[in-house]
Amino acid sequence: MSLKGAGYIVGAWEHPTRRATDKSVALLHAECAKGALEDAGLTKDDVDGYFCAGDAPGALGPLSMVDYMNLKCRHVDSTDVGGSSYQVAVGHALESIAAGRCSIALITLAGRPRSEGMATGTAARAGNPTGPDMQFEYPYGPTVVNMYAMCAARHMHEYGTTSEQLAWIKVAASHHAQHNPNAMLRDVVTVEDVVSSPLVASPLHRLDCCVISDGGGALIVTKPEIAKSLKRPKVKVIGVGEAPKHQMGGAVDLTYTAARWSGPPAWEMAGVKPSDIKYASIYDSFTITVLMQLEDLGFAEKGKGGAFVADGNLISGVGKLPFNTDGGGLCSNHPANRGGITKIIEAVRQLRGEAHPKVQVPNCNLALAHGTGGSLGTRHCGSTVILERE
Amino acid sequence: MAYVQRKIPFVGSPETNPETKPFFDASAAGKFMVRRCTSCKKVHWYPRAMCPFCFSDCTWEEASGKGKIYSLSVMKRGEAPYAIAYVTLAEGPSMMTNIVDCDLDSLKIGQDVKVKFVPTEDGPPMPFFTPA
Repeated sequence: MSLKGAGYIVGAWEHPTRRATDKSVALLHAECAKGALEDAGLTKDDVDGYFCAGDAPGALGPLSMVDYMNLKCRHVDSTDVGGSSYQVAVGHALESIAAGRCSIALITLAGRPRSEGMATGTAARAGNPTGPDMQFEYPYGPTVVNMYAMCAARHMHEYGTTSEQLAWIKVAASHHAQHNPNAMLRDVVTVEDVVSSPLVASPLHRLDCCVISDGGGALIVTKPEIAKSLKRPKVKVIGVGEAPKHQMGGAVDLTYTAARWSGPPAWEMAGVKPSDIKYASIYDSFTITVLMQLEDLGFAEKGKGGAFVADGNLISGVGKLPFNTDGGGLCSNHPANRGGITKIIEAVRQLRGEAHPKVQVPNCNLALAHGTGGSLGTRHCGSTVILERE
Repeated sequence: MAYVQRKIPFVGSPETNPETKPFFDASAAGKFMVRRCTSCKKVHWYPRAMCPFCFSDCTWEEASGKGKIYSLSVMKRGEAPYAIAYVTLAEGPSMMTNIVDCDLDSLKIGQDVKVKFVPTEDGPPMPFFTPA
């Protein structure tokens, strides 16, 4: 049975904060839930399915959060695949709705790494010693940045991709962020600004990296009958796909991402192709993340992503594929070090015609939101959602 | 950029468990061991008792210690700069490691490297690599 159209996103809300020193993580989750429910025109008592991931506070996060928010749920799901968990949650919500296990699904994400002074990208961590991989990796100092940097270095080696091409991704994000009053970085930057910013882990520069921010977001997914009874524009989920990728027993290939596998089932379910997409939210932990996913999703041929992103091709109103029109993780927000949910929220804004007028894509009726969670350098998950304005 | 010795590992020391203890015992004796499948004959990384290609049993064997840099990144913002890399071993698989005792900025993808055991703070020595 196809899940195409089994659910609609009827509520979407991004927390405006980027620094939440005076709030708990649980409160941030709850504020996001409240925001998304108000957006949908629903109340907490309507929710019967709750979806969260590893950012939910407590050892058993979903239970702590349904307790904190005092939700009466028939179904919980806490699949944790890092920043891609929220696209996965949309897919799982569709399955749960289709199976009759819930009818109104709430998905939340929140965290405060900025307030907690987390050196997200550069600090080497031991992680969980029970992980079978840990003893063969952490002694070597893997960090978030140098793992993605190795992907960039190999992509450059095999395909001739340049730092200047990667820089165009940040340039495009900055053009969009200037119109977002909540964005952390609102100054428009140039290719020269990016490539002359300090190297963090070669070949990635400081401006190739996303921001570290507090905050969060939430989504409400529901069945068609309920969506039709609500007053908001109808955003129908027409394609979902998810897949993990890893080191494959030592057959390491850093030149592609799990989007190569999460994309095809989503395209097939939706019955559309990359050239049909009017707007794309692409996970942007780093510039290289965007470039590789664009190739793996079929927007550009493998190895030609550099040429595709250059010269403003991702800038709304300028290029062929407007992306991350809120400024994305590179300039606006990467709450809890997990950018999946903000990708979906901006896609919903675009489909509703509620993006900032300076970046709104005209007649935006088809959008894609893709997430990557974990580390492209070791283990990660890709998750793809295709949305249609009805 | 000159190589500067840093504290290894950054945090804690490698945990061992019954499955991987022979690897670290051999490391203590200066031997770099890999796992080879008794059925499909492939070498994999990181070492597992059960072959990740066919789920058959694996034996330990001493590796040649030779490899090529598959990819690398020099971390410039750490306590001291260091080069993290994937090295493709002569036996087949690629492993995460560091390249040490060299000018870090002169390292290149495809370069030949050889194993060198480096002491860790309070655990067994670990296999690192240097230019061959």
